[in-house]
Amino acid sequence: MGIEGVGARVARKEDKRFITGAGRYVDDMVVPGMKHAAFVRSPHAHAEIKKIDLKKAQAMPGVIGVLTGKELKADGIGNLICGWMIHSKDGSPMKMGAWSPLAFDRVRYVGDAVVVVVAETKGQARDAAEAVDITYQELKAVVDAPKALERSAPQIHPEADGNLIFDWELGDSAATNAAIKAAAHITRMKIVNNRLVPNAMEPRATLGHYDKAEDHYTCWTTSQNPHLARLVMSAFYNVAPENKLRVIAPDVGGGFGSKIYIYPEEIICLWASKKTGVPVKWVADRTESFLTDAHGRDHVSTVEMAFDKDNRITGLKVDTIANLGAYMSLFSSCVPTYLYATLLSGQYDIPAIHANVRAVYTNTAPVDAYRGAGRPEATYLLERTMETAARELGVSPAELRRKNFITAFPHQTPVIMNYDAGDYAASLDAAMAAADYAGFAQRKADAANRGKLRGIGMSCYIEACGLAPSAAVGSLGAGVGLWESAEVRVNAAGTIEVLTGSHSHGQGHETTFAQLVNQRFGVPIDSVSIVHGDTDKVQMGMGTYGSRSGAVGMSAVAKALDKVEAKAKKIAAHLLEADEGDIVIENGALKVAGTDKQVPWFQMALAAYTAHNLPGGMEPGLKETSFYDPSNFTFPAGCYVCEVEIDPETGVTEVVQFVAADDFGNIINPMIVEGQVHGGVAQGIGQALLEGTRYDASGQLLTASYMDYTMPRADDLPSFKVSTSNTPCPGNPLGIKGCGEAGAIGSPPAVINAITDAIGITDIAMPASPSTVWAAIRATKH
Amino acid sequence: MYSVNYHRAASVADAVKLLESGDAKLLSGGMTLIPAMKTRLAAPSDLVDLSHIEELKGIEVAGSAITIRAATTHHEVASDEKLKKACPALAHMASRIGDPAVRYKGTIGGSIANNDPAADYPAALLALEATIVTNKREIAADAFFTGLFETALEDGEIVTAVTFTAPAKAAYEKFRNPASRYAIVGVFVANGADGVRVAVTGAGDSGVFRSKEIEAALATNFDAAALNGVKVPANDLMSDIHASADYRANLIVVMAKRAVAAANA
Repeated sequence: MGIEGVGARVARKEDKRFITGAGRYVDDMVVPGMKHAAFVRSPHAHAEIKKIDLKKAQAMPGVIGVLTGKELKADGIGNLICGWMIHSKDGSPMKMGAWSPLAFDRVRYVGDAVVVVVAETKGQARDAAEAVDITYQELKAVVDAPKALERSAPQIHPEADGNLIFDWELGDSAATNAAIKAAAHITRMKIVNNRLVPNAMEPRATLGHYDKAEDHYTCWTTSQNPHLARLVMSAFYNVAPENKLRVIAPDVGGGFGSKIYIYPEEIICLWASKKTGVPVKWVADRTESFLTDAHGRDHVSTVEMAFDKDNRITGLKVDTIANLGAYMSLFSSCVPTYLYATLLSGQYDIPAIHANVRAVYTNTAPVDAYRGAGRPEATYLLERTMETAARELGVSPAELRRKNFITAFPHQTPVIMNYDAGDYAASLDAAMAAADYAGFAQRKADAANRGKLRGIGMSCYIEACGLAPSAAVGSLGAGVGLWESAEVRVNAAGTIEVLTGSHSHGQGHETTFAQLVNQRFGVPIDSVSIVHGDTDKVQMGMGTYGSRSGAVGMSAVAKALDKVEAKAKKIAAHLLEADEGDIVIENGALKVAGTDKQVPWFQMALAAYTAHNLPGGMEPGLKETSFYDPSNFTFPAGCYVCEVEIDPETGVTEVVQFVAADDFGNIINPMIVEGQVHGGVAQGIGQALLEGTRYDASGQLLTASYMDYTMPRADDLPSFKVSTSNTPCPGNPLGIKGCGEAGAIGSPPAVINAITDAIGITDIAMPASPSTVWAAIRATKH
Repeated sequence: MYSVNYHRAASVADAVKLLESGDAKLLSGGMTLIPAMKTRLAAPSDLVDLSHIEELKGIEVAGSAITIRAATTHHEVASDEKLKKACPALAHMASRIGDPAVRYKGTIGGSIANNDPAADYPAALLALEATIVTNKREIAADAFFTGLFETALEDGEIVTAVTFTAPAKAAYEKFRNPASRYAIVGVFVANGADGVRVAVTGAGDSGVFRSKEIEAALATNFDAAALNGVKVPANDLMSDIHASADYRANLIVVMAKRAVAAANA
């Protein structure tokens, strides 16, 4: 593999600038004449806007413009959309309520933007925003999804009767019901997946610049997919045609899904820039992030899992209510449907599955994809149910899983997915060995002597990554294709630029993509630059989410490298007067195999550009592009084992051991992969133990700062034991499956299974905070 | 943050004079006031900075008589060698306030004048039977902490020092809010010349308070075992999204036991 090639533990090239504070984020961007925006946001969860009085604000010092939703509408700026069409089981399309970037008649959640103020300074913009006088007539609010479906609930959007967006199903209802009827044992549970706030380190930010001379817009934004932002803002929001709109996502400090979507602020700052004649910057403060970043999860489900007398699963029936918040965010509809129900077979051979999903509006922040997106919800439901089933059946949780594992591939599940490769027993064995599963009873006894309750729990997850074949997602309702683009430019002196349509906001593209080039051509990674995040530089791309940059983005690079390699070999063969088929690339040179004849890489590149001596008919230059569309999703899978100790006096849960054994397919950089697992597991433990988003009944967000929202910290977490046992993915040229979300998907059920094991209970709500655990222990004593 | 006029006071007398300008507030370490101003929850017209006044700085230990001047930082309290010998419980408590940045800026005077119901110092001073010295008078801790963010301080009155007699044994244990890491329950136990005093922060509906039940149980037997089976009532305790009143009542006993064990260790 070489010291910088595929499989090498190369330190990340980009970290020097991040660690030394030299990264360039949206808030670091300054353009001449730039001014600042502040938003007036709804303090109410649900209200009619009766009157907006701007006079006082307009007279405040430094104010350049105070703009409303009516003006936005009058200028033809469109409503925000959801880009994935879901049809209810009765055939009707999902009921999408109007989402104006600035609300003008009604507000539907606390944080809904109503007025934007542009002023000389950030402080003046905020002062003037406070002076905007809006008269509201408050309406009854609902925050809880099942309650939103009740007859007495307030109607949030006229388009969605009873707040029901869609009532969708997947699978065979009759076969599943028959399996449940014939079952020897049925495990039934109610499963709640708690709402999470994404909390990227960098808050959302945007800088909109309208250039009057060129009639051209530039949008700097904290985006995971700047090309999609340009497409959507052009095609649907009517901000500007694509050729008049450049979107730049520079260094971005984390996204976790929350920066996939186009939010009102990008649109408004671009529009306001034209309206006021000045470039307009907005940077969210942390409270705005809590209130308005798209939240994650928030499912309430019931599940029935049927077993035959040999403890084989014969059927799975799931009913889920998904809270999508006050408006349908860009991909909100696909999360509780095609990213969720399609994974309900887990690692198991289940002959009959049926899932019913109702998506509902509530007076809360919009909910969309958050690290894992649907797959954590499926995994949590399935793995909590498996653990409970094993306890009810009196069998080992590991052996119940093993008995039901899928062992032959490809495997067609009853819920669309066709698993291409995997070895679930290998991950289970690796995890149990690393966890010393056999020694648990002794450790539990030791803990009891110290007055602690010790428990162990496991989770065998599968997910679908590498989103995905364009035709397949198109047939399921996606408004976009999910291919990726790459362009490889070999410069005249042999250095290389790789342009990719995927986007790095922490993933390490600048290192791993360069490793791929090093592997192919032997060029040092310092001579390879990765270019991304600018629609003027990279023509088109689909961005980064769903652990797709490796499987899809790097596969596109590999395809472009194939073309570069073929041309480079032709040039070398011509220069060396050899047969093209005899040329090999080794140690930075193109050689005639089995001889000492060679031409260095840089010399071949120079020859391509001097064009003094190229094969007949060959065009000068060395630059190739590729658009890669995968043939299937990829299916990372693994087994996580968590061990906890609980202090029964305080309810404090300490994660004393966490083992992750994953199958990610081929790996480019093991260090980066481990980092992804560490981060994902930290988020998963965060969901299980610490992070809870709480609205009160009136729709006020009670956890709108770090004083009340518990982010995981280093001292909340153990040192992780991570390993991989990999089966290459047959679906893409690099054999990569993806690793970005696995940790967050697989870990919550392992933690909760361990806690319920320690206390001897069936279920506990996430986050299992000390007070929740203490109350659960106390309840066992009454 | 709204714009604000900043004044650096040269002396306590100077500060009192400056306080008369507009809607002025005293600034010590600023660890509560500045974040509140940044989020626009506090909007003083003027700030009078006490942190450069020499007469407000320093720790004096004379046998068991201890004086800590108001602008002394938590870090200085935590690391003062004489104090660590005379009253290790207080130094240890200070070493666990907030994070290092807070401990290098935050001061004892600022903490007690603010009287946050989850702050650590109020519990310590109440249990240590301390006296709060101001520019006008001396106030017993029992009379000083009067409610949530409320103290006996009058307009123009500035805390200059706290004094107390080091007890034979003392310790502080706190259970942190998992999010903010402020105390959900903090219990300071002191076994001194006048008997056992136990003060609880983070839990009371009206701020820091002494637990009669725990003091009674420890009065004749200053041992963790003396608290077995002791219950404290939950009626006057706070209940929020992090902890119910019942949970806090439980934690008060648990933290008291651990504090007594630590004090005896």
